[in-house]
Amino acid sequence: MKEQATIASSDSFKMLRAMVGIGALCGLIIVFIYEATLPRIERLRAEALQEAIFKVIPGITEMRSFSYQNNAFILADESDENVIYAGYDEKGEFKGVAIVAAGQGYADVIRFIYGYNPENQEVIGFYVLENKETPGLGDKIDKDPVFLDNFTALDVSLNEGGDAIKNKVTTVKKGTKTNAWEVDGITGATISSRAIGDIIATSTEHWIPIIYKNRTVFKNIENE
Amino acid sequence: MSNQEIGKEIHKSAPSSTDEFIKGLWKDNPVFVQVLGMCPVLAVSNTAENALAMGIATAFVLLMSNILVSLLRHFIPKEVRIASYVLIIATFVTITDYAIQSISVDLHKSLGAFIFLIVVNCLILSRAEAFASKNTVGKSIMDALGMGLGFILALFSLGAVREILGSGAFFGMSLFPDGFQKWVIMILPAGGFFTLAAWLLIFNLIKQKRAIS
Amino acid sequence: MNEESFSQIFINASLVNNFVLAYFLGICPFLGVSGKIDTSSKMGAAVTFVMLISSMCAYGIHALLVAINAPFLQLISYIVVIAATVQLVEMFVKKMSPTLFKALGIFLPLITTNCAILGLALFQTNKGYDFLQSIVYALGAGAGFTLALVLIAGLREQLEFAEVPNVIKGTVLTLMLAGILSLTFMGFSGLGSN
Repeated sequence: MKEQATIASSDSFKMLRAMVGIGALCGLIIVFIYEATLPRIERLRAEALQEAIFKVIPGITEMRSFSYQNNAFILADESDENVIYAGYDEKGEFKGVAIVAAGQGYADVIRFIYGYNPENQEVIGFYVLENKETPGLGDKIDKDPVFLDNFTALDVSLNEGGDAIKNKVTTVKKGTKTNAWEVDGITGATISSRAIGDIIATSTEHWIPIIYKNRTVFKNIENE
Repeated sequence: MSNQEIGKEIHKSAPSSTDEFIKGLWKDNPVFVQVLGMCPVLAVSNTAENALAMGIATAFVLLMSNILVSLLRHFIPKEVRIASYVLIIATFVTITDYAIQSISVDLHKSLGAFIFLIVVNCLILSRAEAFASKNTVGKSIMDALGMGLGFILALFSLGAVREILGSGAFFGMSLFPDGFQKWVIMILPAGGFFTLAAWLLIFNLIKQKRAIS
Repeated sequence: MNEESFSQIFINASLVNNFVLAYFLGICPFLGVSGKIDTSSKMGAAVTFVMLISSMCAYGIHALLVAINAPFLQLISYIVVIAATVQLVEMFVKKMSPTLFKALGIFLPLITTNCAILGLALFQTNKGYDFLQSIVYALGAGAGFTLALVLIAGLREQLEFAEVPNVIKGTVLTLMLAGILSLTFMGFSGLGSN
């Protein structure tokens, strides 16, 4: 009996030793690789984001990140949330801001970035960052040139009081667009194109009044 | 029936290292013969590039886990072997995820959460249990390379067909003139099922012909 | 964080984006088990239950990992929790109902490597669902999985009486059925959204 007990406890010891040993080894390997690849991954992500920002604000050569804290826009740090990006051309002139928005599409979350110009109160650019929509149908949202054209001059002007969007952005059936704040949908991809319209509507309702009110903050790039 | 061949080892007298490598390509091809390891990969086999990347990622994890499992095979008691294998596999999958992120942001976005799903790819666990835990490191490497290559070939054939017929392209390059009517169904999930069924059917037909002759 | 309503989530997970027919998850057991309606529905129930538990655990783990800033441990912790859950479910079923345990046989441990469960945990984290949303998501995914499994089993049972060439029997046939079913389910698109 005693021999059996000894064998049993050495078995449990072996099991424990194996699990803990392997667990520790695996943990170490993971942490090492994580730390080693982190700088490069962050650099790639920043580059991709920069590229996207440049796509949605035409004509810029530089950008600054701003985060909205305590009812004011300040230059953003790495870890800040609520960040938008201001773009400037080579003369240092402010050309617009880029805002990231996301929401549920047909298949999964759609993430995109759009440009906004406070001067003419329009959305001036649009670029899909992530989408898993149905290939051949919903995924046209990032390819269809007619659809993308909607976002070169989409009206998001504010009302008299400057605290809300005058006309909410809405997706309409393809070919029936009559107003500058409407988005011509994609035939066969109703849900995906409607999702884009809805996401922009929500995002602009939240951001545009704030950005427009504080638009002078972005202009002063020279004073740094 | 190919289903019954899952995990079965055909014991010849001391198979050489080359034998271990070659069996993964045809005789014991993981996808077409053992019908293993398809779960996570079918969803990202809609283009040749995605299929290739996913295949390589899986083969990499298979290789590394086979090596580590074989190295530690005397150290892992029977009772906790599955848990240990899963830990090891999960580690290398996590590494692969970071590796892909540091290569291409776009590729990582296309493959998404399915990279993590490599960890439940029955193929890797099955090779660890059926082979690496019982063989030397050298042989385990050959086994992994053969199975991995067989897997990549199978997955690539899937992705290529789906992309060519479904998008009229190959690795993103347009193949046909604009008039070509794309078989959109091919890039839909249904197309994945059909294409795999078609390849399996061809495989079975070839096997049947060989058995007769 | 995520704006979807419960009914949207449920319908999406079970029909519109069925885990088996749209995401190809859970195929291993799908091909092996789906011969009989009876075993299929039992497997589906077991999977749904494990999904539910795993979903809640995944939510907790993710919150914890975010708090201690160790995102790289996500995969390992999820898979360990899933394996542990399956082990617990197995012991529970064995004790509570030995007959059920016998009927399920090898399928229970197989649930650990069921991509659908891990897929569920990963997807729900990526979508940013809160606790209640995650539960609804798990229920929807489980229901959808069971539905797909039972449908295919029904089809295969019927086809037992048909003359099917040897090269097609088994896996090839199941895959073709799955493909057709996947197409049919696409008809659900748009269901449940505003």
